Amino acid sequence: MQFKTSKLFLFLFVFVAPFFASAQHDADTAHAEAEPSIKEKIKKDIEHHLQDSHDFHLFTDNATGTHYGFPLPVILWDDGLHVFMSSKFHHGEDVVESKGNYYKVYHSKVYKTDESGVLTFDEHHHPTNAMPLDFSITKNVFSIMAIMLIIILIFSRTAKSYKTSLVPSGMAKFVEPIIVFVRDEIAIPNIGEKDYKRFMSFLLTIFFFIWIVNLFGLTPLGINVTNSISVTFALALITFLITQFTARKDYWKHIFWMPGVPVFMKIVLAPIELLGVFIKPFALLIRLYANITAGHVVLMSIIGMMFVFKSWIGSPLSFGLAFGLSLLELLVAALQAYIFTMLSALYFGSAVAEHHDEH
Amino acid sequence: MEIPTIVGAGLIVIGAGLGIGKIGSSAMDAIARQPEATNKIQTAMLIAAALIEGIGFAALFAA
Amino acid sequence: MEKLIYDFSFGLFFWQLLLFVALVFLLKKFAWKPILNAVDERESSIKESLKAAERARKELKELQSDNQKILNEARAERERIVKEANDMKNKIVGDANEAAKAESAKHIENARLQIESEKQNAIAQIKTQVAELSVEIAEKLLRKELESQNKQQELIDDLLKEAKL
Repeated sequence: MQFKTSKLFLFLFVFVAPFFASAQHDADTAHAEAEPSIKEKIKKDIEHHLQDSHDFHLFTDNATGTHYGFPLPVILWDDGLHVFMSSKFHHGEDVVESKGNYYKVYHSKVYKTDESGVLTFDEHHHPTNAMPLDFSITKNVFSIMAIMLIIILIFSRTAKSYKTSLVPSGMAKFVEPIIVFVRDEIAIPNIGEKDYKRFMSFLLTIFFFIWIVNLFGLTPLGINVTNSISVTFALALITFLITQFTARKDYWKHIFWMPGVPVFMKIVLAPIELLGVFIKPFALLIRLYANITAGHVVLMSIIGMMFVFKSWIGSPLSFGLAFGLSLLELLVAALQAYIFTMLSALYFGSAVAEHHDEH
Repeated sequence: MEIPTIVGAGLIVIGAGLGIGKIGSSAMDAIARQPEATNKIQTAMLIAAALIEGIGFAALFAA
Repeated sequence: MEKLIYDFSFGLFFWQLLLFVALVFLLKKFAWKPILNAVDERESSIKESLKAAERARKELKELQSDNQKILNEARAERERIVKEANDMKNKIVGDANEAAKAESAKHIENARLQIESEKQNAIAQIKTQVAELSVEIAEKLLRKELESQNKQQELIDDLLKEAKL
């Protein structure tokens, strides 16, 4: 009966289904040792959700203990290429042998172990085992690929619709105002009429990528691409590299030898400005990561409240809060995409700016 | 060790919150004064808020 | 911070970087270029048409003002012609009057002169008649008077006397 009611809630709040399904799975494995409290289960579940995984796990049937989802290829580089399907790990329970090496997955990371799969831990509870270079098509990589495919489909179809007539039709009607918005409100004011065209492809791509990925993060698929630091790091790195490689002379001059200030100040400002060059993209990657992570954590915690307060007040309250927060997250999804694009454009603008005037 | 970190995080959140609140209120004032410049003010507001937010996050992760 | 570094997965980073760069180039080729070109093209065509409409309106305005000008000119011309005609009429009438006056004056003068000459003639005729008559009378008188010799002598004497005076 207990499971039935919780299952009912799972169906009511479909979009959290994957989280709870996996929570139950974790609970199952831990069941033998000690009965974990519901709070701990939820905490573990949230942690689990925020991590990448080597298989695409949709949900688990608690009654039978079967996992629904599909395995993904694991690609490791460890003195040679090791490729096998993630199903071999059996959700982290088994040690996998590949070309004479043994691998075990722990907290979504693959470690090299001996035959029995022994992991040694340091004081932070981080395994000290050697890690092979992991190029696996993980859940996040798979999601990125799928979402990129969707993006390409959407926009190539949009582009095609312009071939017949210049008047937007179908998808273009929805997409075009956003493209024009990116161009007129983000690119042109920040970069300038002269240079903006070079950056349009990147700005549009990053805007739509972040936005659509964020939106997918709100679906019940449990995709959470933009709350992996690796993804936001890659995006910010591209912005950083573009900024540095398109920078004109004035940009460097403003960093190392700020015109219009006394010599002493110039010497003081140079390291600060140089630091700023790295802090800017760092803030970019942290902002996106932290916003989306915070959103997911809070949303899941609120949904988790329902299972903590099993009362007629708690559930509607939790539902209402979760609903409101989901709406807010919809806004945040677009806002973070906008801010990332906007700040990228701002940095590009400062890189290509030509200062004819004195400062 | 646990308590000072939490307190530090709280302080950061208070600071960042105050900062962003100040930006928001100033932007509101500015928009009320010059409704025709709403777009520009909003952009500047978002950029300023984003910068403070970035510093806030950086501090949070350092804490 | 440690958590962030611990969470960092090189594989995911690698794939994201690779896939995203690929996405940028793919979309650039298949989506952004055609879309932005189409949008630009449309915007420029709209701008062009607006400009053309503006130009047409200006031309129409110019045409209208031209028409007005021509109309005004025609009106002025008409007025001028009417005025000229009026002037000419006045002049002709004046001239005619003048001529008529002069003619009539001449006629009158002529008539006067004729009358004068007629008068002179008449006077001269009268004079000659009177002279003839007087001569006749004088003849008759003389005849009567000078019937006698002495009387003739007497007259001669008288005349002589007078002549001496």
